[in-house]
Amino acid sequence: MQKNLLLKTGIIVAILLIFVYGMLGPKLFSGEGLKAALLDRVHLGLDLKGGTHLILQVMVNDAVGAQSDHASELLKDELQKAKIAYADIGKLDNQPEKVVIKGVPVDAVSTLRGIIRDRLPEYDMSAGTDNSWVLTMKPQVLADLKDRTLEQSIEAIRTRVDSLGVSEPLIQKNGLGDNQILVQLPGVDDPGRVKDIIQSTARLELREALDHGTSYPTEQAALQAHGGILPANSVIMQRRPRKGEEEGFIIVSRIPVVSGTDIRSADPGNKSDTNEPIVNFYLTAAAGKKFAAFTGAHSKDSADPSNLAIVLDNRVITAPSINGQISDSGIIEGGFTEESAKDLAMLLRSGALPASLHYLTERTVGPSLGADSIKAGVKAAIAGMTAVLIFMLIYYRGAGVNADLALILNLVILLGFMGFFGAVLTLPGIAGVILTVGMGVDSNVLIFERIREELRNGKAAAAAVDQGFDRAWTTILDTHVTTIVSALILFFVGTGPVSGFGLTLIFGLLANLFTAVFVSRVIFDAVLSRKGRGEALSI
Amino acid sequence: MEFFRNTNIDFLGKKWYFLSFSLVFSVAGILSMMFWHGIPLGVDFRGGTLVYVKFVNAPNIPAIRSELDKAGLHNAVIQSLEAGSNEVVIKLDLKETSEADLSKGKNQIINALETNPVPGKQNINNSDRIGFAAVRNALLASDPLHAEPAEYDRLARRVLDFRDKEHSGVIKSMDDLKGVVPDPVLNALKQSFYTSDFGVRSADIVGPQVGGQLKKQATLAVGFSLLAMLVYLWFRFELIYGVAAVVAVFHDTLITVGAFSLTNQEITLTVIAAILTLVGYSMNDTIVVFDRIRENVKLMRRESLAEIVNKSINQTLSRTILTSGLTFLTVLSLYLFGGEVLHGFSFALVVGIIIGTYSSIAVAAPMLVAYTEWRSKKSGRGAIPLPTPGAKGKVRVKV
Repeated sequence: MQKNLLLKTGIIVAILLIFVYGMLGPKLFSGEGLKAALLDRVHLGLDLKGGTHLILQVMVNDAVGAQSDHASELLKDELQKAKIAYADIGKLDNQPEKVVIKGVPVDAVSTLRGIIRDRLPEYDMSAGTDNSWVLTMKPQVLADLKDRTLEQSIEAIRTRVDSLGVSEPLIQKNGLGDNQILVQLPGVDDPGRVKDIIQSTARLELREALDHGTSYPTEQAALQAHGGILPANSVIMQRRPRKGEEEGFIIVSRIPVVSGTDIRSADPGNKSDTNEPIVNFYLTAAAGKKFAAFTGAHSKDSADPSNLAIVLDNRVITAPSINGQISDSGIIEGGFTEESAKDLAMLLRSGALPASLHYLTERTVGPSLGADSIKAGVKAAIAGMTAVLIFMLIYYRGAGVNADLALILNLVILLGFMGFFGAVLTLPGIAGVILTVGMGVDSNVLIFERIREELRNGKAAAAAVDQGFDRAWTTILDTHVTTIVSALILFFVGTGPVSGFGLTLIFGLLANLFTAVFVSRVIFDAVLSRKGRGEALSI
Repeated sequence: MEFFRNTNIDFLGKKWYFLSFSLVFSVAGILSMMFWHGIPLGVDFRGGTLVYVKFVNAPNIPAIRSELDKAGLHNAVIQSLEAGSNEVVIKLDLKETSEADLSKGKNQIINALETNPVPGKQNINNSDRIGFAAVRNALLASDPLHAEPAEYDRLARRVLDFRDKEHSGVIKSMDDLKGVVPDPVLNALKQSFYTSDFGVRSADIVGPQVGGQLKKQATLAVGFSLLAMLVYLWFRFELIYGVAAVVAVFHDTLITVGAFSLTNQEITLTVIAAILTLVGYSMNDTIVVFDRIRENVKLMRRESLAEIVNKSINQTLSRTILTSGLTFLTVLSLYLFGGEVLHGFSFALVVGIIIGTYSSIAVAAPMLVAYTEWRSKKSGRGAIPLPTPGAKGKVRVKV
């Protein structure tokens, strides 16, 4: 019996040591103090540390539309090569996965069918209204494209956030809706700037600027310059005004010469003569060839001089004339500050987003609120715990000490668990800790009341303790299982702070099973083994 | 010390009082949900914009109102928080919260409150944009001490700690930093920054799409949780035990949500967490009583179920009251000291623990007895279901 007790005490001490280490970690020995060691192990959630929680919608249809645009251009080329006439080819605006082909002569349809089969196998061809044909992206291809777009967006956001030096960011698919991304940035103290950087599509395109880059004051004026009809294969784009300039509109080619995916690298720099901040960009080899052909054909001294529009996120930044053939690099100048040039170069380097992003939710907790919440949470925790500890001492006397020891151990194990798992402590999580104290004491009360009952029925101390634990056990098991079930649902279904609360509750209940049943029993046994036969138990 | 000893209260005899008590509160809650305040959903579920603003001095609500009106935000709701905290919440409807430009409403509020911006300088209380990087960069650029960058890192951190940890996010005037940082540094800071008379403590902006999804998720979570418990109790006891316990817990949830409706407090995501905790907690209480009934049914073969149930409740009464009292104590300390963010959460727990304790005695147990009596009358046999843990076959006990 004595030996057994010693072994059990040994187990408890070992577990205590393990979880104290879990709670305080390696910094325990560094002499930086308990608080620093604890903070190093238990990570504070967004609501305590301050920071921002964002849910973004990836407009995956952007990527689908781009794919259909690409297919349209390819088809036009192929039809021209095969000398087949057509009236119009283009994607449907509200259904970007569909491309409509109009005006192909009836006798050329079998050739068209052959081209689609060979060159655009990812589309199905079907008859539309008015002698038109409709290409529909195959469902599997469409689903894959959407998935890939989401993955690439997550990657791009991660690169950007990493380059900003945010510690412990969380960037993942948001399970709640389709094509959503959850971004959590704890400790970010300028969330406004970070939000802008994440959302910037950073799609750089080089297009031909028609009318030698003339900027028209309104869209209407641009149309009128061409007699009300836009030149073939061109679109009107807004110009990004620099400081002190009116906004304007420029007519550019519909299809970019070089697009975002063709950028190899970019870095910030300064213009040699004016020292104005600029961004240098470098193209991939294939894009460099295309770009060289274009700039060669349209340079100032060529037969067909034209301007180059540098387009960022569908807005023209500049539209300079082309001085000579350029192959694989260029500069963007356009009223940058040092910081904005640096940010843009970073964005271009990290790659364009394959689709635009919309914010669906933004929760920002300022650092000051987080600090106040910690103070309030800790105050409530200490007040609640002290009240419970004192009450147990008064109500159960000797056994109260037992319960209090178990309760404190329960807390140490809970915090140790969180340290080991790198769990995040949120404000509802602190509430979870406090509740664990309240509910944890329930197991002790159940057992103690049962022991008192057995004692009243005339049982000896040792037998009463034995029966008390035995009888209370099934109840304790049932109550813990049901509470763990609801905590698990919180953990899996909840998001952010609520999920953290569920986790705290689960750890707390598991620890409680151990402390209230096993540890408390060992303490009773130890007390009883010192007492003589027939001596009363303090309960 | 002992509060209860050998109590012998006839709980089941008071079932009509219990029933009318439960009915009054449930019906009051339901009526309020239907005709009065509805179910007051927080911004998490309803969508919309919520901005917590702290002012340097006591906020002048009519003045804020007129500034917001000027900015075109006619439907904004302004609420003062605790007296003395100088804080207000400004709420915008979902209408002013579009997913095309989510933070537009928030920015409009901030711009409207910013009554005296200083051109060429930045507002140091604008915690959305002014963080460590901005303060350090300003100091590095002006280099007032001709010191190492590490020194400016330290000073920038100090300034922000002063703002966030010591002054709740708003610095009254740049001169307050005197003594906090060396004078040359203060002068350099004054070149780049000014102070507004307010700061944004936190902002919640939820677009319509996410709000709807969260609503669905929360309903599912509560539903699943009840279902999982029904199944567990069915497995451990008998179906009727599970049904009685789930009805009791549902009763608690209904009355708690009703209390939110009656007092017109908003149900947020954390309140849902509290309600789910209650589901678990109230189930605890019920199980303790049921466990005792299960035990007593085996021991007391001659008594009627009503007597057994009464006895079981009395035997566990001491534990029930103690545990609830202690949990209530901790929850009360949360409600009193836990700060504004946890108010709704702890309110739900305060109400729920009282109701949860009551319902395990006054709803679950009487329902069990009522069902058994009804069944024995119907079938003409006096059989009550005996819970059979672990056993395959069902044992029936003659009463």
